[in-house]
Amino acid sequence: MAIKAYLRERFFPHLWCPGCGHGMVLNGLLQAIEKMGLSRNEIVMVSGIGCSSRITGYVDFHTLHTIHGRALAFATGVKMARPELNLIVPMGDGDALAIGGNHFIHAARRNIDITAIVMNNRIYGMTGGQFSPLSGEDVRATTAPYLTIDPGFDVVELSTAAGATFVARTTTYHIQQMTDIIQQAILHEGFSVVEIFSQCPTYFGRKNKAGDAVDMIAYFKKNTTPIDSKAKRENPDLIERGIFVQKEKPEYCSQYEKLVQKAMKGR
Amino acid sequence: MSENIKFIQGNEACAEAAVYAGLNFYAGYPITPSTEITEVLASRLPQIGGKFLQMEDEIASLCAIIGASLTGCKVMTATSGPGFSLMQESLGYAIMAEIPCVIVNVQRGGPSTGLPTHGSQGDVNQARWGTHGDHAIIALTASNHQDIFALTVEAFNLAEIYRTPVILLLDEVVAHMRERLVIPQPGELPLVERLQTSVKGGVDYHPYLPREDGRLPMSDFGEVHRYNVTGLFHDMWGFPSSDPRTVHGLLRHLVDKIENRANQLARYKEYYIEDAKHLLVSYGSSARSTRHVVEKRRSRGERLGLLELQTLWPFPYDIIREKCAEAQSVIVVEQNMGQILQAVKLAVEQPEKVFLANRIDGVFIRPSDIMNILRLIQGRGV
Repeated sequence: MAIKAYLRERFFPHLWCPGCGHGMVLNGLLQAIEKMGLSRNEIVMVSGIGCSSRITGYVDFHTLHTIHGRALAFATGVKMARPELNLIVPMGDGDALAIGGNHFIHAARRNIDITAIVMNNRIYGMTGGQFSPLSGEDVRATTAPYLTIDPGFDVVELSTAAGATFVARTTTYHIQQMTDIIQQAILHEGFSVVEIFSQCPTYFGRKNKAGDAVDMIAYFKKNTTPIDSKAKRENPDLIERGIFVQKEKPEYCSQYEKLVQKAMKGR
Repeated sequence: MSENIKFIQGNEACAEAAVYAGLNFYAGYPITPSTEITEVLASRLPQIGGKFLQMEDEIASLCAIIGASLTGCKVMTATSGPGFSLMQESLGYAIMAEIPCVIVNVQRGGPSTGLPTHGSQGDVNQARWGTHGDHAIIALTASNHQDIFALTVEAFNLAEIYRTPVILLLDEVVAHMRERLVIPQPGELPLVERLQTSVKGGVDYHPYLPREDGRLPMSDFGEVHRYNVTGLFHDMWGFPSSDPRTVHGLLRHLVDKIENRANQLARYKEYYIEDAKHLLVSYGSSARSTRHVVEKRRSRGERLGLLELQTLWPFPYDIIREKCAEAQSVIVVEQNMGQILQAVKLAVEQPEKVFLANRIDGVFIRPSDIMNILRLIQGRGV
């Protein structure tokens, strides 16, 4: 199936700013789905609120655009009710890990088969450039005119600790790696987290003198390195990308099926 | 003795009724005094192949059942005051996106943590106006276990017919009280199933275009029709729109589909109201004490009557106006500071003849409390 067939073309042009990384994530995601040959009827995409969450409007799947931070809770309901469907939940950094932090760790703990994509641009874009729990320290934002003092979460460490059985990180520069990782994340049976560094030139870039979209993407190239690389050993400040966790553990819906067998036997 | 006769709590009656109505997906979070509903369903649903989830909080519970409802499940969650407060945003979502679901709120004393183990009817207005923005809601209540059973089933039916969340406002007293319940035979109470679209795959399906009778046939997630569901104002395909005509049309639809049917949706019971000089209006556990007063005084020849409301919202203004027209005084009996009182005053032609008999101290309102207030109203002193 051609990529275009997965799009709701009548809703274009999209609302993302020029240079925004979210369209690149959409591209990588659809490439992955196309490679896997998934049909549109077997995918449910659930999102919350924010720039990233508008992605659901543009794809021709079953789409559920919900409320801020709660996408994973809605997705948990859909998945439990119809375990055979593929659940993909794209979220922004604030959506996933500020207001939605509790649902994030609990979905990971249950190891329910949902693919969570954190489109991390380190800023609240929709509301005009406030810092998020992934901004990290010394970032300028409309709510941090004197620079942030809040440390950021490490999505990989957080997800791993919470029990996610597939954890990966990539960037909008590494589009082929992104496609490959998303494909593996969807195939993975259990809760998978893919953090994707995405650029917001309009707010993060402008406020922090990070240059235009191209400069920001180049920054991802320069400041990240594959896991366990020689470059990382030489320069510990580099951020690693790739698949950090990929392990088998009982998935929640299959565990529930076993519970049902047990309950029915007792009758 | 028939196994259909049980001596159980109101919460258990509610859970049994939900299963009778076809509940097959429940998500909840423990909170007093509603926890038994969650406990019973944790045991019952897996036995019938249904889904039970204990979520991380009440917000997630309502979100999860909304998601499940979209796949065609009959869904419910149950909570109490603080949890109901947390659910308000997702409740608005279910109203906006027109998702059938049942939300039970077993009321306890509030505000805040309040009186977790004591009865109250303080969430009546929250049920009506707790979520932001103009909207309409259906809220039902009951005073005894047989009615809890019937109205729980009714809540599921109305949720399907109107594609809307329905709130079941129980209270701690009826929820924890034990009394006899006769479980109806299968088929004894009518059940409304999900109205599925007859539009074939490949043909343009409009999930938000009402039919002539006002109903909106649905298509389950995972089936042939792919559409968008959003809490934003949306067009007939479910896609976001800020077009003024679309916004106006949708808001009118959401309100009118319920408010215009207030008479049709009104469930109530009448006791001796034809010639009542003093008409008592009550609901939920308060109606039990009120009925006791009415029965006792009638036997002495006093012309008292009781109108027991089961539908609180949409408020049956026309019916209240008509029933109260001949009464010298109307006394609203409730365990709050006059939440239904205000609605009754709005409904009747002479609001000055409407009085409040209440208790707000966590103690269940007794017949003697109502009698004392009645005597004061009649100018007879206590």
